[in-house]
Amino acid sequence: MDYEVVIGLETHAELSTESKLFCGCSTKFGAEPNTQVCPVCLGMPGVLPVVNKKAFEYALKAALALNCTINQHTNFDRKSYYYPDLPKNYQISQNYYNLGVDGYMNIEVNDVMKKIRIHNVHLEEEAGKLIHPDEAGADYSLVDFNRAGVPLLEIVSYPDMRNAAEVENYMYTLRKILLYTDISDCKMQEGSLRFEASISLRKDGEQKLGNRVEMKNLNSMKSVLKAIEYETSRQSELLDRGEKIERETRLWDEIREKSVRMRSKEEAQDYRYFPEPDLLPFVIDEKWVCSIKETLPELPLEKKQRFVESFQLSDYDAGLLIEDKILADFFEECVKEVNFPKVFCNWIINDLLREVKEKKLDIALLKIKPAQLAALVVMINKGIISNTIAKDVFSEMINTGKEPKTIVEEKKLVQISDEGLIDEILDKVIASNPNAIEDYKKGKKNALAFLMGQVMKETKGKANPKLVNELLKNKLDS
Amino acid sequence: MKLLSFTALQIKRKILSREVLTADLIKNLFERIYKVDPVIQSFLTLNEDDAINKAEEIDKKIANNENVGLLAGIPIAIKDNICTKDLTTTCASKILRSFTPPYNAFVIKRLLEEDSIIIGKTNLDEFAMGSSTENSSYKITRNPYNLNCVPGGSSGGSTAAVSADLAFMALGSETGGSIRQPAALCGVVGLKPTYGRVSRYGLVAFGSSLDQIGPVTKDVSDAALLLRVIAGRDKRDSTCADIAVPDYLKDIDDGVKDIKIGIPAEYFGEGLEDDVRAAVDNSLKIYEKLGAKIVDVSLPHTEYAVAVYYIVANAEASSNLSRFDGVRYGFRANDIKGIDEMYCRSRSEGFGKEVKRRIMLGNYALSSGYYDAYYLKASKVRNLIKKDFDAVFEKVDCIVCPTSPVPAFKIGDRFEKPLEMYLSDIYTIPANLSGIPGISIPCGFSKEGLPIGLQILTNRFEEAKMLQIAYAFERETDFHMKKPKL
Amino acid sequence: MSLDIREIEYIASLSKFVLNDEEKRVFVSQLGEVLLYIEKLNQLDTENVVPLVHPLNMVNVFREDEQKESICREKVQSIAPSTMGAFFKVPKVLE
Ligand SMILES: [Zn+2]
Repeated sequence: MDYEVVIGLETHAELSTESKLFCGCSTKFGAEPNTQVCPVCLGMPGVLPVVNKKAFEYALKAALALNCTINQHTNFDRKSYYYPDLPKNYQISQNYYNLGVDGYMNIEVNDVMKKIRIHNVHLEEEAGKLIHPDEAGADYSLVDFNRAGVPLLEIVSYPDMRNAAEVENYMYTLRKILLYTDISDCKMQEGSLRFEASISLRKDGEQKLGNRVEMKNLNSMKSVLKAIEYETSRQSELLDRGEKIERETRLWDEIREKSVRMRSKEEAQDYRYFPEPDLLPFVIDEKWVCSIKETLPELPLEKKQRFVESFQLSDYDAGLLIEDKILADFFEECVKEVNFPKVFCNWIINDLLREVKEKKLDIALLKIKPAQLAALVVMINKGIISNTIAKDVFSEMINTGKEPKTIVEEKKLVQISDEGLIDEILDKVIASNPNAIEDYKKGKKNALAFLMGQVMKETKGKANPKLVNELLKNKLDS
Repeated sequence: MKLLSFTALQIKRKILSREVLTADLIKNLFERIYKVDPVIQSFLTLNEDDAINKAEEIDKKIANNENVGLLAGIPIAIKDNICTKDLTTTCASKILRSFTPPYNAFVIKRLLEEDSIIIGKTNLDEFAMGSSTENSSYKITRNPYNLNCVPGGSSGGSTAAVSADLAFMALGSETGGSIRQPAALCGVVGLKPTYGRVSRYGLVAFGSSLDQIGPVTKDVSDAALLLRVIAGRDKRDSTCADIAVPDYLKDIDDGVKDIKIGIPAEYFGEGLEDDVRAAVDNSLKIYEKLGAKIVDVSLPHTEYAVAVYYIVANAEASSNLSRFDGVRYGFRANDIKGIDEMYCRSRSEGFGKEVKRRIMLGNYALSSGYYDAYYLKASKVRNLIKKDFDAVFEKVDCIVCPTSPVPAFKIGDRFEKPLEMYLSDIYTIPANLSGIPGISIPCGFSKEGLPIGLQILTNRFEEAKMLQIAYAFERETDFHMKKPKL
Repeated sequence: MSLDIREIEYIASLSKFVLNDEEKRVFVSQLGEVLLYIEKLNQLDTENVVPLVHPLNMVNVFREDEQKESICREKVQSIAPSTMGAFFKVPKVLE
């Protein structure tokens, strides 16, 4: 039987503030265990939370970027459950009046735009970290509270996705938005971006949603996609056999690539949400919303659209450029210097990205500046250096951050456009390659290319190729 | 021992004039504590060495004519649910038996800045849950006026200590009357500030939207002095108001001429003992004589206050007390296998019966399917109770009524009868629910010689007016000068 | 509204308490009595009443995003029931 897969995602992103959500402890990743803690984030008796304004505004920013309606009245709620990494045994979160509701995000799969609705965006505190020792027979676990209390954004989508490709695009697009708005570093390997999926199946054409299975412990985008694939076939096999799908929570086993039951609906946790009495409510007026809106950057899809329209780039090229905001900004800076959008686009998506990949560079820390790439392109355009030479110069710029002019001067790479000089070299090459001349006269086209190459070799690539070509033809044909 | 029966302001004058050395005062005081407290049982922890050192420091400062704080040399006792850095803070619970907080509560920081001397931590009902101080895991505090009676609660240790001259002042805490009720039962002054007037930072939370720390003192002026020190903005408590703190002593003697006093019929109904009614009636006559106007008012939702309170306070408590799990501090049960057993056994062995009862009730009220019927319903009725007060304070300056329907009751009489115990807070709870301030002052004695308290309530942040009204009565009477025979 | 043993057991599990039969029996009667008393709230029509969560009318209280010094680990570990190296130690938690 054919089934339609229905998928919704819950996303958690740690916000990149200096201090935690409710106390002044640092949020920096990778510190010695239990060194970024205080009575507040350790949940000691009598201590109280005070909300970090930046975290709150970051959450607002995210909600607006995801086209949410901002709840004019919002507040925090307590979510109760016992776990050793949760210091108070309740998490300060939002449940009744989420910060942002009823939003959407556009995704693009196979050039088709699709709107994925966002149920809500809310702010909560991160838990600590549990460590399960490897040693055989260990009867203990260890807790590090450094992450406890880091501001965490939760984004809950509606079950609007229908296949893995849409899910993949949703994850990448959302990640891009969070990076563009500069509110999270989205490092999945450090846990600052995490996904949970809910998956259900229904017969094609059916309206009613099937019982959903919530999937936890998805540590990478790859495991999200694998889990969806696994769960789809597991559920459809069950349905084919006439069995019912139970509403349950399952854990993804990364190593065995299968999901295992964590708890059924009957065992569902009773979170006992109620308004956090230690924190006063928030009233978000129009003025505040507007001032946050003003800080929103152009978002990835809008930027792509604009690149296609204003710079006549292909959809594909523009898509590559906007993949990373730093890259897109780099491109725009270049174009501001000289209006050669297509040329810069090629340099960035081919040469720059290749260098970045090969040399494992951090795009945020590139030594080369847009004005320098622009200067390089101008030098090519004016015939000061050849394209070939330019590639070497570019590589040197990436390594050192030096001006192209400086590199060209230091390495004496200026193009030879002196006709007399080229003439001399041509004579030399012709004299020492009589066979090639024969071939040329017989009409073998590649002989010309060979001779060109010899000239370039002789001049270490500095000869102006256009000029060489012209002069060589003249000489041979005369 | 005459020295120890002075009020805080009186002793401060003697200290400043060097008529009394703080160090001698502290020595005298501890002598009395060692003699009397084995009977009263008001202290859980004594801070003697530290107190003597601090006293010597203050004497030195005074001798050198250095500036000293508002509470210079005044010995003060602290309810043991207020965190004191490096000084055991148990909440009278086994679960915090040897807990020494690595931080001071905001109010403790303020007391130390103003040069008061912390002499020890006082007994309470475990986690402040109770009205008799019988729910302590460590000891039962006695009423100094009758050792077979309870001191009231939950701040019974603080009020008994002040009543028995074992401390010049004390800090208590309230969630539903835990300062005012024991103050009334022990014949001292107890003040619950407006919610948000005093920082709750470092007060071990019971009902977060109701809790306030407040003064327990020998007279109204001392309460004014102590409130001035502990009140004011603390950026670590989001619910602490950024409103300037006046010098409450400045206009305290302005009298009550033309002040409108509201008398709510609902506070004089069934359950009010005759002696208490007579003492309060007599107090109203005194006010009239002083020029105040008595006005009948109504607070129609009063009868629902206890029900609302036991849902809201216990819902908040069930969540606030979930942090006591044996992971980071406090008691952890022995020989445990697995995490859930650690939670369950540590909490079952660490908490007393009343605490468990309230946590259970709170969790029930919040549990899936019951939230709307209990917590939400109670929060709505809470608003009706608040609106009652808002309407009354449109018409009158204050409300005057009994603090407790009964004087001190016998130890054991109401123990293990939760509902009966809960109903003894019927006159104090509405102020906590609506956030308004209240004070209890001595206004007479029962036939058995037990103290009776008069309660004065005003609108939010009107503590100055409230103290003024209380002071006018106190100046006219001598109930507050009576001492228990010990 | 009265409670049965099964409900008491469920609330005890939420509260993380282990109760013996005697305790369960006592709780059934004591909590039942309190709940019965609380029933009186149903006499009131609260359809159009806004719930009151905070007695204060304040809103929007924040702190700035400023990093403050954390507390020293030795200090917090010194009051912990069980530690190991830099960590807090608890009985094994099964995923
Ligand atoms: Zn912290």
